Amino acid sequence: MTRLFGFWSSHRAELFALLAQHITLVAASTLAAVVIGIPLGIFAARRPRLSAPIVGLANVVQTIPSLAMFGFLLPVPLVGGIGARAAIVVLILYGLLPIVRTTITGITGIDASIREAGVAMGMTPRELLRLVELPLALPSIASGVRVAAVVGVGSATIAAAIGAGGLGEYIYRGLSMVDSTVILAGAVPAAVLALAVDAGLLWVERQLSARRRTASRRAAVAVATMAVLMFPLAAAAGRSGGAIVVGSKNFTEQVVLGELLAQSIERETGLAVQRRLNLGGTLICDRALLTGDVDVYVEYTGTALTAVFHQPVKTNGRAVFEDVRDRYSRSGRTVLPPLGFDNTFAILVRGGDARRLGLKTIGDAVPEARKWRAGFGYEFLERPDGYPGLAAAYGLSFAAPPRVMDLALSYRALATGQVDLIAGDATAGLIRALDLVQLEDDRHYFPPYDAVPVARASTLLKYPQVRGALERLAGRVTAADMRALNYAADVEHRDVPQIVREFLKSK
Amino acid sequence: MPSIEFRDVSFTRAGGRHVLERFDLSVEGGEVFALVGRSGAGKTTLLKLVNRLLVPDAGTVVVEGRDTREWEPIRLRRRVGYVLQDVGLFPHMTVADNIGLVPRLEGWAPDRTASRVGELLDLIGLDRQAFCARWPDELSGGQRQRIVVARALAVDPPILLMDEPFGALDPITRTELHSEFRRIQDRLRKTVLIVTHDMREAWALADRIGVLDSGRLIACDSPAALGRSADPRVRELLAGAALAGAAPS
Repeated sequence: MTRLFGFWSSHRAELFALLAQHITLVAASTLAAVVIGIPLGIFAARRPRLSAPIVGLANVVQTIPSLAMFGFLLPVPLVGGIGARAAIVVLILYGLLPIVRTTITGITGIDASIREAGVAMGMTPRELLRLVELPLALPSIASGVRVAAVVGVGSATIAAAIGAGGLGEYIYRGLSMVDSTVILAGAVPAAVLALAVDAGLLWVERQLSARRRTASRRAAVAVATMAVLMFPLAAAAGRSGGAIVVGSKNFTEQVVLGELLAQSIERETGLAVQRRLNLGGTLICDRALLTGDVDVYVEYTGTALTAVFHQPVKTNGRAVFEDVRDRYSRSGRTVLPPLGFDNTFAILVRGGDARRLGLKTIGDAVPEARKWRAGFGYEFLERPDGYPGLAAAYGLSFAAPPRVMDLALSYRALATGQVDLIAGDATAGLIRALDLVQLEDDRHYFPPYDAVPVARASTLLKYPQVRGALERLAGRVTAADMRALNYAADVEHRDVPQIVREFLKSK
Repeated sequence: MPSIEFRDVSFTRAGGRHVLERFDLSVEGGEVFALVGRSGAGKTTLLKLVNRLLVPDAGTVVVEGRDTREWEPIRLRRRVGYVLQDVGLFPHMTVADNIGLVPRLEGWAPDRTASRVGELLDLIGLDRQAFCARWPDELSGGQRQRIVVARALAVDPPILLMDEPFGALDPITRTELHSEFRRIQDRLRKTVLIVTHDMREAWALADRIGVLDSGRLIACDSPAALGRSADPRVRELLAGAALAGAAPS
C-alpha cells in the first residue's frame, strides 16, 4: 500500500499524462461510437429484417478479444498500425454494440399508438423521429452510451499494447516486471475512472428520463462542460514528443533496452525522443517499424530470421547476422552492430530439481520430462525455432501438453511448482532471484539471438547523428550487464530510466 | 358539397377479412356524424381512410372534393384533426407543447403558437396559467381528453375525426364533456366524424347516426328518426343503450 502511494507520488506527472491519454481514448472513441451507432440503430429499427444481422455482427465483433482485434487491424491502411488512432478504431468497434442495441430497443419499444398519433397529426418521418421517437428513446440510448463508455475504460487498458498509452501502460509494465505495485498503479485508477464514468453518466441518464425540461437542460450543460474540460486534457495527451520514436516489446529486457537507446540518442544528439515501449510483441514492433510509427527498436537476430522473415532455423551466428542484415536492408531498414549479448532461449528448471537429479543439459532432462508439466509463452509455442523443433531435436515430451502462459509469469509459475520446466530468456534477472537453473543446449538447437538495434534507413539518413549514437553502443552490453540490469528492474523493482542512467554513466 | 364522402369503398385487411364492402357515406360540412358499430366492425379503419393512413382497395374516399389519393398526405392530415381515446398525448411534452405541436410543424412563430395555446385552453375550460407547464401524467383522464381535443383543433382544421373520444372516462366526466363538446361545436361548426360502439355517446353528440354492420351501413338517420326504426338490429342496439323510443336530448 505504501509502495503504491510512493510509486504514484514519484510518478505524478506520468500518471496524470497516462490518465489524460486514457480519458482521451475513451472520450474520443465513445463520441465516435455515438455518432456512428445512433444513426445505425435508427436505420436498423426501421428495417426489422436488417436489425438482427446488424446486432449479430456487432455481437460477433464484441466477442473478438481486443488484442486479436489489434492484430487484425495492424496491416490495414489508414485505421490500422499502432498508436492512438488504431486503438480508438478498436474501441469504437467495441462501443458500437451497446449503443446500436439500446437505440433499437428504445425506438421499437415506443407504443405504436403514440407513433400513429404523430403520423395522424401530419408529421413527416423526419419530424416524427426528431420530436417523438428520439426524445422517447433517449433514456434507453443514454444507458447504452454509459455501458459503452464504461466498457471502453476497461478495453482502453489493452491499448497500451499498441503504444497508445493510457493506464494500461502501467499494467503492462507491471506484468513484464512481475511487480504487482506497478500493475495496481494502473489498475486502481482505471477502476476508479470506470466507476466515476458510470456514476456520472448514470446521473445524466436520470436527468434525461425525468422528462423535465430544466433538468435535461442541466444535463446538456453538464455534458457540454465535460466535453470542454476534455479538450485541454486531450490536447495535453495529443502532444507527441520528439523527432525520434524508440519502440520496444513488452518484457523487462526490451523496456530496458528501449530506454537505453532513447537515453543514448538524447545524450549524444540532443534530439527529442518519444518512447513507445511495451508494444505487444515482435509482429507489432516490426509492423510499426515498417510503417514509420517507430524509428528504432532492439531485435534479436534469431527472432528476426524466423519470426520476421519466416526462414528456417540456422545456428551459425555470423551467417544469421549477415542474412538478417541483408533482408532488413531490402525493406528499407538498417541493422546496427550487435549490442554485445546473446539472449537465447533458456530452458529452465528449479534449482532444487537440477541438484537432486543432477541435471546439466536438456538431454539430461528428457527422461524426467515425461513426468513433468511444462509452461511456455505463446510465442515460444508457435515459433519455428520454439517448442515444436525443440521437441523433435531432443525427443522431448511431457505428461500433458504444455500450458500457455505469459512469459513474465512463467518464471514464478516454475518457482512455485505449478509447472516443472519453462523456456525463459537467458538474460532474465529472475533466474538468479528465484534460484532457477538453465539447462545447456547440448545439441545446439537454438539459433543465436544477438541483440541488434534495427532502425528505419530513412531516419538514419535524415539524422546521421542517430546512427553515430547507436553505433557507439556496439559491444557495450554484455550478458552479465544485461542480467544485472534485468535483476535491478525485475527483482529490486527499481525505476528503469534511473537504472539505465547509472549504467550509461558507469561505462 | 359533402365534406367527406365514401363512394363504393371496399377495404380488405391483411388477413383477407373484408372490413368495408361497397360502402357509401356522405358527411355534410358542419355536421356531426356518428358511426356506431360493434368493436372490430372496422370503425377505426374507416377513420384512417379519411386522413389517408390507409387507402381503399376499391372505390374512392373524397375529402373536401378531392380523392384522398390525390391529396399530399401531410397536407391532408394537418387539415384533419384526429382525436383518439386517451392515447396520443406525447408523454415527453408539456400540455402547451402538446397543443402547440401542429402549429410548430406548420412553422408558426412561437408567440403566435403561445397565444393560440392560451385561446384553446380557454375554449376547453382549463386555466392557462395552471396547465401550460403541466405534464400529461399529472392530469386526470377528463383533462387529458380535453387537451387531446384542443390539440386536434390547434390549427383550426375544418374536419375533426374522433375515435371513441370519451369512452375511457367515468360516466359523470363523460356527460360533462359531451355537453362541453356540443357547446364548442355550436361555436366552431366543424365537420365531425365520430366512431363509437356506444349508442348513448352517438345519441348525445351527433346530428346524424349511421349504424355499421358487417361492412355495410344498415341505417343512417337523425337520432329521432333512428329511435323510430323498425330494423331489429337497430332496435337491439337502442335497447342495449336503454334508448328505445327515447327522444334526442
